[in-house]
Amino acid sequence: MATTSLRTIGRSVCRVSRRGFSTSCDDKLVQPSSKSTNLYSAINQALHIALETDPRAYVFGEDVGFGGVFRCTTGLADRFGKSRVFNTPLCEQGIIGFGIGLAAMGNRAVAEIQFADYIYPAFDQIVNEAAKFRYRSGNQFNCGGLTIRAPYGAVGHGGHYHSQSPEAFFCHVPGIKVVIPRSPQQAKGLLLSCIRDPNPVVFFEPKWLYRLAVEEVPEYDYMLPLSEAEVIREGSDITLVGWGAQLSVMEQACLDAEKEGISCELIDLKTLIPWDKETIESSVRKTGRLLISHEAPVTGGFGAEISASIVERCFLRLEAPVARVCGLDTPFPLVFEPFYMPTKNKILDAIKSTINY
Amino acid sequence: MRFISESPEERAQCYRVLDNDGQLIMCSNFKKVGEEIAVKMYTDMVTLQTMDAVFYEAQRQGRISFYATTIGEEAINIASAAALTTDDLVFPQYREPGVLLWRGFTLQEFANQCFGNKADYGKGRQMPIHYGSNKLNYFTVSATIATQLPHAVGAAYSLKMDRRNACVITYFGDGGSSEGDFHAALNFAAVMEVPAIFFCRNNGWAISTPTSDQFRSDGVVVRGRGYGVRSIRVDGNDALAIYSAVHAAREMAISEHRPILIEAITYRVGHHSTSDDSTKYRPVDEIEWWRSARDPVARFRKWIESNGWWCSEAESELRNNVREQLLHAIQVAEKIEKPPLAELFMDVYDVPPSNLCEQEKLLGETVRRNPQYYPPDVSL
Repeated sequence: MATTSLRTIGRSVCRVSRRGFSTSCDDKLVQPSSKSTNLYSAINQALHIALETDPRAYVFGEDVGFGGVFRCTTGLADRFGKSRVFNTPLCEQGIIGFGIGLAAMGNRAVAEIQFADYIYPAFDQIVNEAAKFRYRSGNQFNCGGLTIRAPYGAVGHGGHYHSQSPEAFFCHVPGIKVVIPRSPQQAKGLLLSCIRDPNPVVFFEPKWLYRLAVEEVPEYDYMLPLSEAEVIREGSDITLVGWGAQLSVMEQACLDAEKEGISCELIDLKTLIPWDKETIESSVRKTGRLLISHEAPVTGGFGAEISASIVERCFLRLEAPVARVCGLDTPFPLVFEPFYMPTKNKILDAIKSTINY
Repeated sequence: MRFISESPEERAQCYRVLDNDGQLIMCSNFKKVGEEIAVKMYTDMVTLQTMDAVFYEAQRQGRISFYATTIGEEAINIASAAALTTDDLVFPQYREPGVLLWRGFTLQEFANQCFGNKADYGKGRQMPIHYGSNKLNYFTVSATIATQLPHAVGAAYSLKMDRRNACVITYFGDGGSSEGDFHAALNFAAVMEVPAIFFCRNNGWAISTPTSDQFRSDGVVVRGRGYGVRSIRVDGNDALAIYSAVHAAREMAISEHRPILIEAITYRVGHHSTSDDSTKYRPVDEIEWWRSARDPVARFRKWIESNGWWCSEAESELRNNVREQLLHAIQVAEKIEKPPLAELFMDVYDVPPSNLCEQEKLLGETVRRNPQYYPPDVSL
């Protein structure tokens, strides 16, 4: 299972790096046209390619015209013109509703929500309209060309409204896909897949990594498959599942655990819905233990869905309860952020208590 | 220091062409309608009126689960549709089946959707009256209020970018104008400069909520200026006024790349739906007055008769024919089986993902084990 997903990636191979981030391309295998790129630049490249390869692709949202508050849309308006890359009024429900209409006409509408924390005014449009557009019309209409991008997650000082991880709300909605990349190279390929996927997709970008994550990213057009999880570190004692920025934290925990003789298998889920149960199940059948980690509050977080599904499938194989190392059930705090977060030491503690159950 | 008053000195004027007796008002400017179009408009209004009566009865008899009539708003439905071309995209609320009727949706197709049978284009997934037709450029109805307004703006932007000689029209009620999506859509439409007609059916009621509980402005038309949108108020029971206004709006929308807001003043004669009894919140004589003295169908009939294009023989023949066709359509629709169970799982995504394939398999096993708990007219 793990090698299948590695093989199907095609052009690039990702292995655990010693650089401290969960993915990097093996230098020997990488094509010549590859450059050291950070996350926002990788996303920027994906957007350039999306607009260049499809004349009916559009990028819009608050402040995207000058390059965006995180620079993800730099250069797009200059290159493709203001009728394809444009600012919208400050109104999330309008941004997404407009995007649905644009997508319903067969265009690729890439809508930006400035922070995931502000996506809620658009929740009705996403849940009641975008997600049901195809189904309710008997497939006479669809808005598959819609992709919603939003920066999510802790940034060190974001507090309540610049740090949220709202993915769980969207994972409960049949009809949309939810995708979260862990690194620049992953983000570019996944975003291009999301934009080209014939279903509406919500793409959460880990803002912590916008500048911080740097790796070799191919400069050409490539896509990574959706709904395929990836084993980014092989192990035999316990399976760890996560997504986005959390993976690098989990990876550090895995390295520390290894020093104590615990062999950890680390999986990047990548697509949260529809999610790849087979890869996770296959790994848990091997290790007998599962730990899930996410920044979002633990209660009702997506870890609960993974836990319930795996327990259904692997009950007799499990050696210990499924562990969840997640955010606390509080609004995202400012000075207390280091206490709130599912940090490496919490993960390591949980790995050890699961092993010693 | 001068505050702008909360209300204008006088209320916005209301454009009218026909008086209450269906006679042309002397100095009114209007877009002429020839005999063929006028007669089609009239027959479609009568068909809509008759369809409402027959389908409402069918719900009362338990043959369909739900229905909502368009009584009192026949002129809005038909005349606005008549002023557009089939290339113009329609984003309805749910009280505009007449637009579909004008474009050629058949009585059988309406009935099929209401019965949710195998021939329903919506595949039995939604309640009755949630029509949709991609062939006729009529986006599928959703019960959520005003959510279609921003969609219309995005679609209109697409038309503009593709340089199409077409516009979008989107309908909503007085209640819908209070939703955030109304504000979002009008603002976006003005800023993006899109060819969109926003058609407000101000029929006085949002279920039981009268307009006095809905807003404090002079109706909906005045909001246009707040967004930089050109607007007009028309008599919603005057087919010729609606026809002219929509015709003009369409030209402006397309040639000037701008949105237009039309507020049609009318009255919802019927109950909100078959789940409502409006006599509980408004006087019966008010309803009956609007039903008879202000019937838009009768008013238009007077005008076409005064032109010699209609007579009472044609009237009774039409009404009898349509009624028979409707009863037949219902009988046929009732006998057609429901869509197969597989349609429950299709179209959630373009291709069913593994979790749905698994659920379909398990559901099949469950139903086969205990078929007595499941409706027999849905095949596995």
